[in-house]
Amino acid sequence: MEFGLSEEQKQLEASLRGFLTDRLPMQRRRAIAAAGKGHDRELWAGLVAQGIAGLSVPERHGGAGLGILDAAVAAESLGYHATPAPFAASLVMAPLAFVASGTEAQQQEWLPKIAAGEARIAVGFASPIGQTGAAKATLDGQRLSGRVQSVLDGGGATHVLIYLADGRPALVALDAEGVRATLVPGLDRTRPLLDVTFEGAQATVLSAANDPIAARTRVLDAGRVMLAADTLGAAQAMLDQAVAYAKERVQFGRVIGSFQGVKHTLADLATMLEPCRALIWFAAHAQDALPDEARLAALQAKAHLDDVGREVARLATEVHGGMGFTDLAGLHYWFKRIDSNRQLLGTPERCRHEAAIVQGWVSG
Amino acid sequence: MDLTYSEKYRALQGEVRAFIARHGHLSPQPGGGRQKPSPKALDWQRLLLEHGLFARNIPKEYGGFGLPLDVLELAIIAEEIGKADAYPGILNQGISMLVPTLLEVGTKEQCTRWIAPTIRGEVIWCQGYSEPGSGSDLAAARTSAVVEDGQFVINGQKIWTSSAHYSDMMFLLCRTEPDKPKHQGLSYLLVPMTAPGIEVRPLVTMTGRATFNETFFTNVRVPVDQIVMGRGDGWHVANVTLKYERLLLGDANRLSTRLTRIRELMERTSLDGQRIMDIPEYRNRLLRLQGEVMAAKYHGLRLLTEQARAEDSGLERLIVKYHGTLLGYRLSSLAVDVLGAAGLAYDAGDEAAETDEATAWHIDNMYDIGLMIGGGSTNIQKNIIGERGLGLPREPKAVASLTRT
Repeated sequence: MEFGLSEEQKQLEASLRGFLTDRLPMQRRRAIAAAGKGHDRELWAGLVAQGIAGLSVPERHGGAGLGILDAAVAAESLGYHATPAPFAASLVMAPLAFVASGTEAQQQEWLPKIAAGEARIAVGFASPIGQTGAAKATLDGQRLSGRVQSVLDGGGATHVLIYLADGRPALVALDAEGVRATLVPGLDRTRPLLDVTFEGAQATVLSAANDPIAARTRVLDAGRVMLAADTLGAAQAMLDQAVAYAKERVQFGRVIGSFQGVKHTLADLATMLEPCRALIWFAAHAQDALPDEARLAALQAKAHLDDVGREVARLATEVHGGMGFTDLAGLHYWFKRIDSNRQLLGTPERCRHEAAIVQGWVSG
Repeated sequence: MDLTYSEKYRALQGEVRAFIARHGHLSPQPGGGRQKPSPKALDWQRLLLEHGLFARNIPKEYGGFGLPLDVLELAIIAEEIGKADAYPGILNQGISMLVPTLLEVGTKEQCTRWIAPTIRGEVIWCQGYSEPGSGSDLAAARTSAVVEDGQFVINGQKIWTSSAHYSDMMFLLCRTEPDKPKHQGLSYLLVPMTAPGIEVRPLVTMTGRATFNETFFTNVRVPVDQIVMGRGDGWHVANVTLKYERLLLGDANRLSTRLTRIRELMERTSLDGQRIMDIPEYRNRLLRLQGEVMAAKYHGLRLLTEQARAEDSGLERLIVKYHGTLLGYRLSSLAVDVLGAAGLAYDAGDEAAETDEATAWHIDNMYDIGLMIGGGSTNIQKNIIGERGLGLPREPKAVASLTRT
């Protein structure tokens, strides 16, 4: 029994953190966010060189063939640095969708492109997975029509993968005829969403899954774990910044971290946040290895991290005083990221409702 | 990450199961702990010790099983015994706090004399730490011990001495060096409760039950060799003991069991004819707590692995007491709310406290507040987490002219 990260996973984390500390100082993050594309060629090339594009792609298709836990380790690091680059949808959900629902030929065509960082596939849902806004797309032969909002990982996307009501995903090129895709300037400028309207757009449907709904659920839950891991990293970054600030900011002739009002707030946040790390590890590991526990763990991890994240985001901002409220401090990048994660792929209320059904506490 | 057990551990699992199949009928009921162990509990304890299912890592010469520490083995034993609803063995302050303290800082003679009878449940200990004037500020203890004719003569008062009324011995923190600074003036003595001059008075708590006592010392004499480490080392020894207490108080298995009991309660309790589990507001509270219990449970497994890998856990370990006791309180609060008006009949008598579901939940709910206060209160825990875990500076000392020790 080993409940913890392997040496390789710790190394992945250290290497990604080192890269982002080096290449993504605040002024870079600010510049990329201000450009509004959610994508930066140079940063992306660096991340691909770090190996994150092929992380979840099987080895035979040119990837590293790693598991959801490895992906969660990466997601946490990306969240820690509020990284303006696609990940959860493009590099975890999309490859999983091809593996779960694509034919061998479709996998051979697309997975190597994902692993190389060339195909960046945003993911959206035209099915009731817990989102407000437009979520409708219907297929007529190979032609897709409808509108889907809140499509994840719009930044730099080349394609979009839309989950239809029957659980099958449909792949559409963003430059195809009959596609109108708007990159929404959203709350979180580090990872913009897409609003896509289809009018008879040419689609490639992935129909190879025996149970398409179950296959979609696995991809959706993996996405939930990624967003939760991203929140874990983002919240840890906010707490670390608040602790550092409390050690240097002087008022009444003392550093403010020596006041119990501030010290106890930070202790509360650490007490809330630290156990979340084990919950994320478990939820991610369950997606890899424990099918009976995977659903509950994903739903509870998403719901719990959304709540803890919100609390950490608020209080870490408050500890910074007026500075926390400014654009200059830049804390808001993490605040907004945590809030966006919360609203995507099911809010805590929605996830807990589903968790009750999954456990048979109430009927669906 | 690998949550399966290797061959070696599966073998131990089989061993424990075989033990329970053969001897399980001899187990006393789990729980209790408010009285001296019964003869049945003592016999069961002997069986556990013989089979290495208790005191597994305590040296053979001190009555243990003498195996090197392997936290996974201990987790498996606890898990199997828990699953069988058997008695895990006597858990008291002597076994969980004094014994590890003696092993860490006691002399060979002290270990030889005290550990074996303590783990067999024959010698019961209570803890003499807090005083009316020194609670969170434990190092301000004023109970004094002066040396006269080769004996310590003790005078003073201790409070919150749970189980003092049936204990044989007390580990006592007292001031032996009044001229030294407060942390350096303390000693840690081992005192027989039968010594003349000791008076134990029950202290009734908010639950209506007397689980605590006040203990008074008037010229109580103990030989000078009844000291752990040297004169003035008491603060160091007391902290060794407290480290073991805080881990005891944040147990995640207890939280998981409690969550399951509340789920069952919600499934069989009605509000205006509707099953409480079907009311979204109540259900959502349970679901929120489930997420937190899961986090606490896996955090416990993470700590276990870090311990097995001999990694330093730092902050992760410091939060356990505060996190676990607060979560426990929030769980019992939900149970009390599910019971509602019909759960307000309350009888703090011993029998009702054991058998009446509503009384037991209300007692737990109030006792949980005691757990948040005892063993280093929540506010003290937050100082420790902030200072040792996050590296925040200590509060500046109060101006000297305003303090009095």
